[in-house]
Amino acid sequence: MSLYFLCLILFCVGLYCVLRKRNIIKIIIGLVIIEYAVNLFFILIGYRTHGRAPILSEDQVIQNMVDPLPQAMVLTTIVIGLAVTVVLVSLAIRIYEKYGTFDITKIKRLKG
Amino acid sequence: MKNNAGMTLIVKTITRLTAGLILIYGIYIVLQGHLSPGGGFAGGVIIALCFVQLMLAFGKEEVLKKLSRKKCIFLAGLAALLFLLLALRGFLGSGNAAFKEGHFKLFSAGLIPFCDIAISILVGTGLFVIFLALVLLTEVEE
Amino acid sequence: MKTANIIPFFVIIPLASAFLITVFKNRPKNFSDFVVILATFSLLLLSLNSLQLLNSSKMIIYKIGGWLPPLGICLVVDGLAGFMLVTVNLTVFLVMVYAIRYMQLYTDKWKFHSLFMLMLAGMNGIIISGDLFNLYVFLEVASICAYALVAFGTEPEDLEAAFKYTIMGSLASLFILLGIGLIYCYVSTLNMADISFALSAKPNGALIGFVSVLFLAGFGLKAALVPFHAWLPDAHSSAPTPVSAVLSGVLIKTLGIYALSRVFFNILGISGNILLVLIVLGMLSMVAGAFLAIVQTDVKRMFAYSSISQIGYIIFAFGIGTPLAILGGLFHLFNHAIFKSLLFLNAGAIEYSTGRRDLRKLGGLGSKLPVTGATSLLGSMSISGIPPLSGFWSKLIIIIASVQAGYIGFAFIAVLVSIVTLAYYLKFQTFAFLGKVDETLTKIKEIPMTMKLSMVILAGICVVAGLMLVPLFRPILKSAADVLSSGTGYRYAVFEALK
Repeated sequence: MSLYFLCLILFCVGLYCVLRKRNIIKIIIGLVIIEYAVNLFFILIGYRTHGRAPILSEDQVIQNMVDPLPQAMVLTTIVIGLAVTVVLVSLAIRIYEKYGTFDITKIKRLKG
Repeated sequence: MKNNAGMTLIVKTITRLTAGLILIYGIYIVLQGHLSPGGGFAGGVIIALCFVQLMLAFGKEEVLKKLSRKKCIFLAGLAALLFLLLALRGFLGSGNAAFKEGHFKLFSAGLIPFCDIAISILVGTGLFVIFLALVLLTEVEE
Repeated sequence: MKTANIIPFFVIIPLASAFLITVFKNRPKNFSDFVVILATFSLLLLSLNSLQLLNSSKMIIYKIGGWLPPLGICLVVDGLAGFMLVTVNLTVFLVMVYAIRYMQLYTDKWKFHSLFMLMLAGMNGIIISGDLFNLYVFLEVASICAYALVAFGTEPEDLEAAFKYTIMGSLASLFILLGIGLIYCYVSTLNMADISFALSAKPNGALIGFVSVLFLAGFGLKAALVPFHAWLPDAHSSAPTPVSAVLSGVLIKTLGIYALSRVFFNILGISGNILLVLIVLGMLSMVAGAFLAIVQTDVKRMFAYSSISQIGYIIFAFGIGTPLAILGGLFHLFNHAIFKSLLFLNAGAIEYSTGRRDLRKLGGLGSKLPVTGATSLLGSMSISGIPPLSGFWSKLIIIIASVQAGYIGFAFIAVLVSIVTLAYYLKFQTFAFLGKVDETLTKIKEIPMTMKLSMVILAGICVVAGLMLVPLFRPILKSAADVLSSGTGYRYAVFEALK
């Protein structure tokens, strides 16, 4: 039970990072931490007591296995997270080229 | 003749040995995707890492001569189209699609090994192009 | 061939065109234009065909791979999905016709078309998905393409707006993912109808409340409801015009409103609390959007705030909950897609001809750009609710429904906001099209033919869309509204259609 709370604490650490840090790269890292926390949460959901890895091979007796569906979901989510991280990092590089700084308090040309 | 691009001689010698091993390991993970953990995406990432290691060790001109950016984008689009065609083959009806051996054999599980191969080419070249775009910061010449 | 087999083509066609454009780029000249127009036109025909197929069977289900749900994934087209498909594909087709000439202002048109087709594949996938995680994957596909498209112009303002949009949008998606994880933990299934069955068997505790809040925050940010709207003005004003039109016209409705209503009305089951929250959020959005729009001087920013206000109308209508209100909300959704795209395309036409968007520097364009002036007049009158244009009928239905349900104060505020809407659109018309011509603007050229064509067609639909209430076409709206008002009856319909 405490493992689920640790996942949520990791989520809140990432959320604090996104909200309070001023450097663009630190905000991106915060978002990546949140994504790791959600993926860990998914895999923890699938755990069954005394379960083993859900891979069947020829000489195995079918015993208690953990749930394979969250693992498939996490594979997809990792790829999605990779795509978002790539978009964010390339945006950060171009912002540095145009504005000359990574500080979000100085990147404020759009107002109103 | 000492080539000044890339890293030192020790790194280049070791890379000549290990880059092929990494590529074969990646292909192994792709082909065993329906039997053990791995599959298209994980194998594709490892194949991309092989190209990245070659670029880090030998410098960008050498690698871009063999595997230029345009070729990579073309391969990625082609692999994506191939994946779509495989899906359409599955859409058109069942039976007699592809590999039909029994369970736990290498040539089993119908169309899944082909899908894995297409995904691995897509992911491998795609990640390599992303690495080029982010690290080299050059414009595409078209 | 069974009738259900056309459903996957809504995703196959845009994906195939996106990949084809990536492979061929521009080798035959203007190849990407041709592929895109062909693809969007065929999608429009397919969506009209699926609407006609829905006359005979209430719900079309395609089982992927032949596996029966809940073991397999299914794609579901019912009344609401058919209605949304027509809205999305019609708007995107007309915007793509406009973008043939407009995108020559930017470089690398094939990249734009490829990303756009991927976004269309994502939006279509959200509408037809019958599975909760499938909805999330398509939502992410559409969102990532939108993040990249907003930054397409690579001016400094575009990049800043895209960065803001990406961070807030992916945070919302992670909330939605956490909600999906918690639901899976509770009911061990991901099929929408099956979740509904399982939830009715278990006690409705604090977990469902927490999941509701997570979904409301996540989908609410995608729909730009008021506490979560901060990304919208920047993103919609900095994007290239066809992207703004589609973002404001269909993306916030598909990702936000459609997904929100599907999850809340059909899966989780609505209660009085959630309806009250929707009414409050709708009211806030209406009022805040309208009052923030009056003070704007940039044309596209004003339209972006106006979008927030009109989405508030739709959510307010869904919050009332009676069948008439839901009908009004859905009709307003269709109308807003049409006239907001038209208005954004007009702003783009002004920018194409004069090179500027600031209202204080424009003037007297009515004589120079007659088509733009006429269509924007129709669009502005329609969105402000002047009879007999389409916006009047949808706002009338929403206000009547709210009075019938007893929310007389809220109905009064809705009428007030409509008057404020009229005020700022009149301001737009006066500053941009009437008055005398600025000296620097005497030598502007007329906009090209394809841009005029799509604006005229959109304006025409604005005028005749009121006919959707005529008894000949009313079943389209009625069946869409019935899906939502039947609430959790969705699950019985799905298992009926599977037999």
